[in-house]
Amino acid sequence: MQTIDLEAEGLRHLNATLHAQSQETNQTAWEVINPRGSHAIACGLDAPIEVAVKGSTGYYCAGMNKQATVRVHGSAGPGVAENMMSGMVVIDGDASQYAGATGHGGTLVIKGNASSRCGISMKGIDIVVHGNVGHMSAFMAQSGNLVVCGDAGDALGDSIYEARLFVRGSVKSLGADCIEKEMRPEHLEILADLLEKGDCDAKPEEFKRYGSARKLYNFNIDNAY
Amino acid sequence: MCGIVGLFLKDKTLEPQLGSMLTDMLITMTDRGPDSAGIAIYGDGDRNTEKLTVQSDTPDTSFDGLDTRLSDVLGVSVSIETKDTHAVLELPEGKIEAARDALAEIDGGIRVMSVGDIIEIYKEVGLPKDVAARFEVSKMSGSHGIGHTRMATESAVTTMGAHPFNTGSDQCLVHNGSLSNHNSLRRKLRREGVRIETENDSEVAAAYLTWKMQNGATLGEALQDSLDDLDGFFTFVVGTKDGFGVVRDPIACKPAVMAETDEYVAFGSEYRALVNLPGIEDARVWEPEPATVYFWNH
Repeated sequence: MQTIDLEAEGLRHLNATLHAQSQETNQTAWEVINPRGSHAIACGLDAPIEVAVKGSTGYYCAGMNKQATVRVHGSAGPGVAENMMSGMVVIDGDASQYAGATGHGGTLVIKGNASSRCGISMKGIDIVVHGNVGHMSAFMAQSGNLVVCGDAGDALGDSIYEARLFVRGSVKSLGADCIEKEMRPEHLEILADLLEKGDCDAKPEEFKRYGSARKLYNFNIDNAY
Repeated sequence: MCGIVGLFLKDKTLEPQLGSMLTDMLITMTDRGPDSAGIAIYGDGDRNTEKLTVQSDTPDTSFDGLDTRLSDVLGVSVSIETKDTHAVLELPEGKIEAARDALAEIDGGIRVMSVGDIIEIYKEVGLPKDVAARFEVSKMSGSHGIGHTRMATESAVTTMGAHPFNTGSDQCLVHNGSLSNHNSLRRKLRREGVRIETENDSEVAAAYLTWKMQNGATLGEALQDSLDDLDGFFTFVVGTKDGFGVVRDPIACKPAVMAETDEYVAFGSEYRALVNLPGIEDARVWEPEPATVYFWNH
């Protein structure tokens, strides 16, 4: 285990050291201490390493992640795992707004609640939230899966393209062109796999599925103001 | 972008440290707002006097003998304590309006920062650490306080454009965001007789709350009404003589983090601002919900 004290060594040193790890690195376990809400911790990683952040983080933790597993032992500020490509990011606490925004791949697990705009413009990422998500989650979501074990806020899936949204609790309101859809066996299978990856013991049968009504795909004069 | 910090103490033994805790919080928010900074402190006050905190760009000439001149005009005793470009004038109750008029006559370069029984507002252009040092904020004690680091968007970088804004006795407001209906609301409030001194959008929000409270609303009710009447982006933190409130607009894109323990309630634009507070590891830390009013009273 390699330990980096962020307060003593600084953000550039931390991220440069993690970026220097190659595919074949044998230093696969890293620990970051004293994060103290700093920005851009463990951003842009591209190696099969595991990074444990011992505390809460600020803006853009684990952004653009590839391959790496980043675990935040605390809560995360805005934009955690933004534009993630692959790998895994786990937040033990809560996540602030736009968690997992624009993510292309990988898995983001939030053990607490996520606030507004979780998974906005998601493009293939899987997001598993153990608690609730705030308003405008999965706004313009294009691909991937958002699993919410608690409740969803206003305007879930507004202007959604093709992502799958699974919610166990209540949905305060659905956004434009987002509808409840039939839960078929293949969806239960996908959901069971996501719940297992997200270390969540909820049962797939307890969820409802939401997705696109596909009414905004083509120009319709009735949609114009 | 702007930075907000706030601290409302429940534990009286922490009161001597209010200024130093707020200063530390304020400086962590420097990169959110390096233009100017300000702080409102709710400290001690004599029961029979009121405080008028004023500012001048030429403090040596403006404040020299100001207490005597004011005393002569008003016919009451006036004390003055000068701190850099600011001075706190203490007057007997009920003399504030007369004093404001007299000040305008005596020296047009003197600007009023705050009015109230206990509030003092210090604000200037410059880096937060320099502003805090000039006024020795870290030595101040009090029951609650609010600080702001400004990155200007809606009006010029001036002392008068810095936050907090005080538009009613012992009231103050700081704002992160931008309002889009401030011009029409300013006209309306001025017609109602509310004093608004700048072209700044945030001052209008402060004046709006003052107007609501003058018409019988509680702080909580005034904040609730602001959700209907103010258009734009906002996270507000407000103070009254014995209260502390927070509200965010329904879109809630301006960040906010709160922490509460048995000793205090704290607000920060980011968690970074809260990390040095005592017992933060075990505090209840949460993000205030959109369009939801939070307030605490002593």
